[in-house]
Amino acid sequence: MSTACVELDRVSLSFGSTPVLRELSWRAPAGRITAVLGPNGAGKTTTMLICEGLLRADAGQVRVLGLDPQHDGAALRPRVGVMIQDGGLPVMANARALLDHVSRLYARPRDPGDLARLLGIDGFARTSVRRLSGGQRQRLALALALVGRPELVFLDEPTAGLDAHGREVVWDLIRQLRDDGTSVVLSTHLMEEAEALADQVVIIDRGRVVAAGEPQHLAGAAGHPARWDGPAQEVTLRGRLDPAALGAVRALAQEHDLQVSTGRGLREVFLDLTRQEES
Amino acid sequence: MSAEPVEAGAGRWAPDPGAAPWYRMVLSQALFEVRTVLGHGEQLLLTAILPALFLVVLTTTDVFTLPLAQGQDRIDLIAPGVLALAVLSSAFTGPAIATGFDRRAGALRLLATTPLGRGGLLAGKVLGVVFVQVVQVVLLAGLALALGWRPPPAGLALAVVPFVAGTAAFTALAMLVAGTLRTEAVLAGANLLWVLMAIGGGVLIPSGARWLPSAALGDGLRAAVDLEVGTVGLCTAVLTAWAVAFTAAALRWFRWH
Repeated sequence: MSTACVELDRVSLSFGSTPVLRELSWRAPAGRITAVLGPNGAGKTTTMLICEGLLRADAGQVRVLGLDPQHDGAALRPRVGVMIQDGGLPVMANARALLDHVSRLYARPRDPGDLARLLGIDGFARTSVRRLSGGQRQRLALALALVGRPELVFLDEPTAGLDAHGREVVWDLIRQLRDDGTSVVLSTHLMEEAEALADQVVIIDRGRVVAAGEPQHLAGAAGHPARWDGPAQEVTLRGRLDPAALGAVRALAQEHDLQVSTGRGLREVFLDLTRQEES
Repeated sequence: MSAEPVEAGAGRWAPDPGAAPWYRMVLSQALFEVRTVLGHGEQLLLTAILPALFLVVLTTTDVFTLPLAQGQDRIDLIAPGVLALAVLSSAFTGPAIATGFDRRAGALRLLATTPLGRGGLLAGKVLGVVFVQVVQVVLLAGLALALGWRPPPAGLALAVVPFVAGTAAFTALAMLVAGTLRTEAVLAGANLLWVLMAIGGGVLIPSGARWLPSAALGDGLRAAVDLEVGTVGLCTAVLTAWAVAFTAAALRWFRWH
């Protein structure tokens, strides 16, 4: 099993008498992109806040880069970049002054000018945060999360408010972070975002993990019709495959340099799983 | 947003984490706070313009009758009162409003996740208050000297004691207000308290209610330039007690988000 950058073991939290997380357990492999996927109110942001050390769980154990976010915050904070939902930006500051300030909190920060250019912050560098659009705030918040050259970034809904072009740029950036060795844990309710980016998906609903794994495995594990695509031919396997059978098919396909894809995507799996929870 | 391609595997985004030295982080936060205050029109008004206006108007006109002692110049009563008012602006109103808005926006949470942490964030805010006060003292004391104020150097040195105690008390009050009330209430309450304390709270002119932190600050500064050591000690004790009480309450009830 690969090294985990984040591990949650039976984490529970209630707000008053309302349970928000119920014995939540999942792990994010180091050096990969892990998407925490779930409908609104599923507990994604609460989970991220606990991992970031901003909330304390009532029960269970949390390890981030092998450390406890509550007790080892000083050692952890320089190593972790955080983009919180809705930006969390000081409204009275201007964009570039804020980026410059946060860069000075790190020993070997990325060049703020370079980041500002890459993320298109130059165009509103001298604008007060309160006058920025939602998309501009997102870009600034992302730059703040990356400026310290972290080895792990938590991105809470990183493309919310971005147009299609902006979303593609951010997706490319996230993939590049992963390729250069940064672990990424992002939360999203966008299935296409998880499918496009994630090496590992954790689906949460009502504070519980309802599925976790690689996106293509999740699609297969739900027992859906599978399609076997080869470079020169396509074979359709009809019927439902359980995870063990699908694993055997995959192994056989790998021997022959073929790819297996299931007929249903993550979207359908997600909707099935969360719908089951509702019923 | 630029679509500038990033070369795969070039290591441009390779991690290289590490925190800056603590003093550099706190200094950066302090300067960031100063720029925010001085770059914000309303804050600049409360921090520098209104105190300077009070100083000039109350000293050079007799529109308002002042409770002057026999032979006392108007400037001798008003200058320390205006410095007390400046403490109120820089240590209370400004930080309360800025922190209240930051809290609502989630900025306190975000900055708490950086190497600065919560302790560094608070230290930076306090140091930022001190920096703003240096600007205020240079501006307002310079203006008072130009208007004929001639305090004894020993009195100015003594005034540092209630000045620091007052700064501690009002900064703690600012954090208590900003960390417990809704942003709109912080905005209204901080401005209202500034006006009430300035006019009736013993800041600009003595009120007799020395148990109030505002009156203790005003009386302490006035007593210091008159070299009344006993009164300075009493006022400093009152301010210290308020500082301890406000700090304890802020530690207990401050909410970061």
